[in-house]
Amino acid sequence: MASQIVRRVLRARASEIFAAQSATNPSSARVFSCFDRSLSSAAASGSHLIRATLFPGDGIGPEIAESVKQVFKAADVPIEWEEHYVGQEVDPRTQSFLTWESLESVRRNKVGLKGPMATPIGKGHRSLNLTLRKELNLYANVRPCYSLPGYKTRYDDVNLITIRENTEGEYSGLEHQVVRGVVESLKIITRQASLRVAEYAFHYAKTHGRDRVSAIHKANIMQKTDGLFLKCCREVAEKYPEIKYEEVVIDNCCMMLVKNPALFDVLVMPNLYGDIISDLCAGLIGGLGLTPSCNIGEGGIALAEAVHGSAPDIAGKNLANPTALMLSAVTMLRHLELHDKADRIQNAILNTIAEGKYRTADLGGSSSTTDFTKAIIDHL
Amino acid sequence: MARRALTILKQLRVPCASDPSHPLLGLGTARTVTYMPRPGDGAPPAPGDGAPRAVTLIPGEGIGPLVTGAVEQVMKAMNAPVYFERYEVHGDMKSVPAEVLESIRKNKVCLKGGIRTPVGGGVSSLNVQLRKELDLFASLVNCFNLPGLPTRHENVDIVVIRENTEGEYAGLEHEVVPGVVESLKVITKFCSERIAKYAFEYAYLNNRKKVTAVHKANIMKLADGLFLESCREVAGKYPSIEYNEIIVDNCCMQLVSKPEQFDVMVTPNLYGNLVANTAAGIAGGTGVMPGGNVGADHAVFEQGASAGNVGKEKMVEQKTANPIALLLSSAMMLKHLQFPSFADRLETAVKHVISEGRYRTKDLGGDSTTQEVVDAIIAKLD
Repeated sequence: MASQIVRRVLRARASEIFAAQSATNPSSARVFSCFDRSLSSAAASGSHLIRATLFPGDGIGPEIAESVKQVFKAADVPIEWEEHYVGQEVDPRTQSFLTWESLESVRRNKVGLKGPMATPIGKGHRSLNLTLRKELNLYANVRPCYSLPGYKTRYDDVNLITIRENTEGEYSGLEHQVVRGVVESLKIITRQASLRVAEYAFHYAKTHGRDRVSAIHKANIMQKTDGLFLKCCREVAEKYPEIKYEEVVIDNCCMMLVKNPALFDVLVMPNLYGDIISDLCAGLIGGLGLTPSCNIGEGGIALAEAVHGSAPDIAGKNLANPTALMLSAVTMLRHLELHDKADRIQNAILNTIAEGKYRTADLGGSSSTTDFTKAIIDHL
Repeated sequence: MARRALTILKQLRVPCASDPSHPLLGLGTARTVTYMPRPGDGAPPAPGDGAPRAVTLIPGEGIGPLVTGAVEQVMKAMNAPVYFERYEVHGDMKSVPAEVLESIRKNKVCLKGGIRTPVGGGVSSLNVQLRKELDLFASLVNCFNLPGLPTRHENVDIVVIRENTEGEYAGLEHEVVPGVVESLKVITKFCSERIAKYAFEYAYLNNRKKVTAVHKANIMKLADGLFLESCREVAGKYPSIEYNEIIVDNCCMQLVSKPEQFDVMVTPNLYGNLVANTAAGIAGGTGVMPGGNVGADHAVFEQGASAGNVGKEKMVEQKTANPIALLLSSAMMLKHLQFPSFADRLETAVKHVISEGRYRTKDLGGDSTTQEVVDAIIAKLD
């Protein structure tokens, strides 16, 4: 609790510094205004409604999206939801099941919340996640991982954020068969993408009161590629002298994470390492059903999402756990600088789980989704 | 080549003294091992000849000399029939010196401390170079809970077999235009098949029940797809061993929550690095996990997981490096050289010292120095 007060003070100070900086240095203000909406929109903390796109998704998606809407209404969050559903046929403008209107809506509103989507099998269309990523230019995936008090896992002191570059690296998808039995796959690292994600990482650390950023790499083996990534991180680190910067080799990082996760604060990584490390951290706190996640795009777009699957076997039975989607929505609120609302809802969720009386089946309890939601509303 | 690899595997397979299912060991006392003296000149000396075997020793840097010194002391105390030929290799050398490679080719077995690889520099890693020159295609890390050492996870007994020569660590990178760098990941059927065969043969000879292939074929469809294809083909030839596949990010998540579901894991190069270090971390740390790099003709034994194998300066100054990992690796080496009773004595002594708990280095929660641990182990040798 004390750390939250300290963090709020630091954040207030940080936003003061921001305001001062943007007044004196207009170019950096342009850069920073890409990141958070509050600098551009006047009183985001309550006077007018913010429109946000909501993709309920498939399977348990609609139920947990309903929970989120109820909790937000009970907490008086000034958000107006615009719901969009995945279509039944391929839209030729986007080459996937997501329609052009849905994407335009996210581009317009600049914030969105996405439930779990099951990618339909077949050819002739892009996967839904890939479509969103490419069309909205989502370059950073942010996953805050903290141990939920009251839900006991083997690790109790996890409190870290993983920021993963989302567009290039090993997942460029550029592979070919050279001759029979020999396959090459290209890993691409560019200065522009690395700078972008490093800037976001340090900006995030500053606005959320974090004091250390660690860059994860394997530059002793992949010297040029991860070397370029590290060079970009170092350049950005120089602009933020108050934030400690360190570089950790990935195998060391894995070892330290499983032995003592309290050693890390903010982690910034290229695509493949980020995928593995962010899932490892999710495993440390209890699995994907409890992990929030947010994708940041060019122009200040933030699309929060639940990373678990659509669980078709429990769909419609009121058994789903809405925690992941709700914590992701909280991340979205923080991006919108609605910190007090975000804190209220987050505390309500944590207190409900800590109390232990209302827990859904995957956490070891026997409550239904609606009971769990009601308990959270009561805790607000 | 495959047949020679099988011989190497059979030698590694000899059960250790703590194996209760072995029929002879159930009697409790020492086993007798009989060997036929081998005919012909130029044959490697057999136990009972009294002729000691030569082993190349590379102390390395950082904590390397400390822990290899520990191994030498223990070998002398046991009167083990091995003698070491020392060669110095430093991280800032451009390539591994030719005489070192000559010596390893002659002796066929090497024990190595860690060699530091400078980050981002122009020198390619010497560890990787050594593996490529000697074609050590399999890297083995055996991660298991040591009795008496408390960790967060119980029932861990995982062997990670990692392809050691190609994949992401091929070292083929170039700058396309300023600000854009490409790195090639190469996967070949030959290497994937080789490592899959090694993994299944290892599982078969060591009475392991399950082999899990770790991949990311949903994204890297051709590359990891080829790896999986090779694994599936080989799996078909071992119907008694269970085979399944798991995506690498799910694998890491399962490792930290339910590690008991894994037995033998076979992986390409990069994922193997991460998975081996994660598994070593959950089972007790890099300080205690043995490992080795095995090829068709040669074997280099070193500390299992590669993280921190050079250690920190403070550890070097205060001499608090953990020698357990290298000692257990040297026990693996003794089994490889067909000296199983020495290997058993060493392993038993090490396990006794760990379970007693009085002499432990800092990374295991104690505060002994390397020398104190070594003395305790020598005292426990019977």
